[in-house]
Amino acid sequence: MRYVYADNAATTAVSKTALDAMMPYLTEHCGNPSSLYSIGQTAHRAIEKARQQVAAAINADKSEIYFTSGGSESDNWVIRGCAELGKKKGKCHIITTKIEHHAVLHTTAKLEKEGFEVTYIGVNDKGIVDVNDIAAAIREDTCLVTVMFANNEIGSVQPIEEIGKLCREKGVWFHTDAVQAAGHIAIDVKKQNIDFLSMSGHKFHAVKGTGVLYCKNGVKLPNLIEGGGQESGKRAGTENVPGIVALGAALEEACANIDKNAQKVSALRDRLFEGASKISHSRINGDTEKRLPGNFSMCFEGVEGESLLLMLDAVGISASSGSACTSGSLDPSHVLLAIGLKHEVAHGSLRLSIDENTSGEDVEYILEQLTPIINRLRDMSPLWERIIAEDKGE
Amino acid sequence: MEYSQKVMEHFAAPHNVGVLENANGIGEIGNAKCGDIMKMYIRVENDVIVDVKFKTYGCASAIATSSIATDMIKGQPLSEALKLTNKAVVEALDGLPAVKIHCSVLAEQAIKAAIADYYRRQGIDPTPIVGKIDDEHYTDEGCHL
Repeated sequence: MRYVYADNAATTAVSKTALDAMMPYLTEHCGNPSSLYSIGQTAHRAIEKARQQVAAAINADKSEIYFTSGGSESDNWVIRGCAELGKKKGKCHIITTKIEHHAVLHTTAKLEKEGFEVTYIGVNDKGIVDVNDIAAAIREDTCLVTVMFANNEIGSVQPIEEIGKLCREKGVWFHTDAVQAAGHIAIDVKKQNIDFLSMSGHKFHAVKGTGVLYCKNGVKLPNLIEGGGQESGKRAGTENVPGIVALGAALEEACANIDKNAQKVSALRDRLFEGASKISHSRINGDTEKRLPGNFSMCFEGVEGESLLLMLDAVGISASSGSACTSGSLDPSHVLLAIGLKHEVAHGSLRLSIDENTSGEDVEYILEQLTPIINRLRDMSPLWERIIAEDKGE
Repeated sequence: MEYSQKVMEHFAAPHNVGVLENANGIGEIGNAKCGDIMKMYIRVENDVIVDVKFKTYGCASAIATSSIATDMIKGQPLSEALKLTNKAVVEALDGLPAVKIHCSVLAEQAIKAAIADYYRRQGIDPTPIVGKIDDEHYTDEGCHL
């Protein structure tokens, strides 16, 4: 049986480049980067090289790059840090959106309990924020605007440059969660006026448990972990040297091929949309233009997402869904609800996230399998029976 | 969250799927908003469920519980079918993840709803025999837990 991994937005395989780069730091170059002897200094230099690679990838300075354990840590750190700094100046208002990752939404929810006020900006039916809505929400006491670069479920790419410009004009800090964007679409923190940016290594073929927080020079973000001088004293603890090396190498490689990959992957994605749109009572979620190259998200009425993805798994396809059953809560994905979908439509969502390792044959295999699986689930679905009856005007 | 082998077997190849054309009892439980609907068709002759079929919209465990529950009542007298508990359905599936227990409740209630419908069609008030059908978790305010 063919196996097609189509959940790269969840995690990716480690690339050969990243693996080759990190291997020596698991074995012969095992020194602690804080040690003065040579193998310690070899490790130290490797971290600094990775820091330079990351800085170059987003047009930042090396001194603005902090290595973390991943996107969630970076999001938590920057939001809580800005809140702490804001509070000292009496600025206790934060602006974010309704479609953020839970690493952002749960952090802001916690801050609300601590007395902060948070404005959650809605999105249009394509999942895109209107910069005017953010402008209208900015107040004297706003300390931070945090808007994701691109959405993890529906792939919608946000007007980051415009939001950055607005925040710069208003003198409000701007953070973007670029976990899905980094390595896949171009980022330029200077041009886009980004003050803080989060990324996660395993979304671009580095290893799990590695991430980055970019923090613009001049902002004294509070320390995250006390106990040592690592990461300029802001995040103590012996560095994950192999992981950091892999992250630097993987991001450099991804950015060197960013246009070529985006072109190839978005063509495959569009083929998926074209094929899957032939299924009746289906809809594309998100914007077809302002979209991550590898993100496919559609809803199929009358079927439930968990059943759909388990049936796809049975034929060797790994996918994802935003149904309530798969989200582990009572409601379907907050992102699908934010773009205005009804619960019963959102339950039938399917996300496929492909990348440059996906082949045209893989895509055709997915399309071949998808239609009969949806038909099979619809055949046993009383909801589908109802939809068909309504169509006939019964 | 992981499903038992038994759940996966019933999900992959569910028993008794479809519409029973000569059904004389039909019950439906659940709603689309909450993401699961079960519809049970039974054919009763001489107080025995001689045939049963189902249609289910929902997750893998909803399909698997429908499948095994229909197996468990097929050929049974109504009095026995009414004794089927959600617990027995869970045990027959070698367990369900905690967040999926409500699916087994759905199966139990869908069977009761089909039997109640049968009695109603016979001109018999089902309430004293079948009891109350528990569909109250499916209100407009929210879904099951």
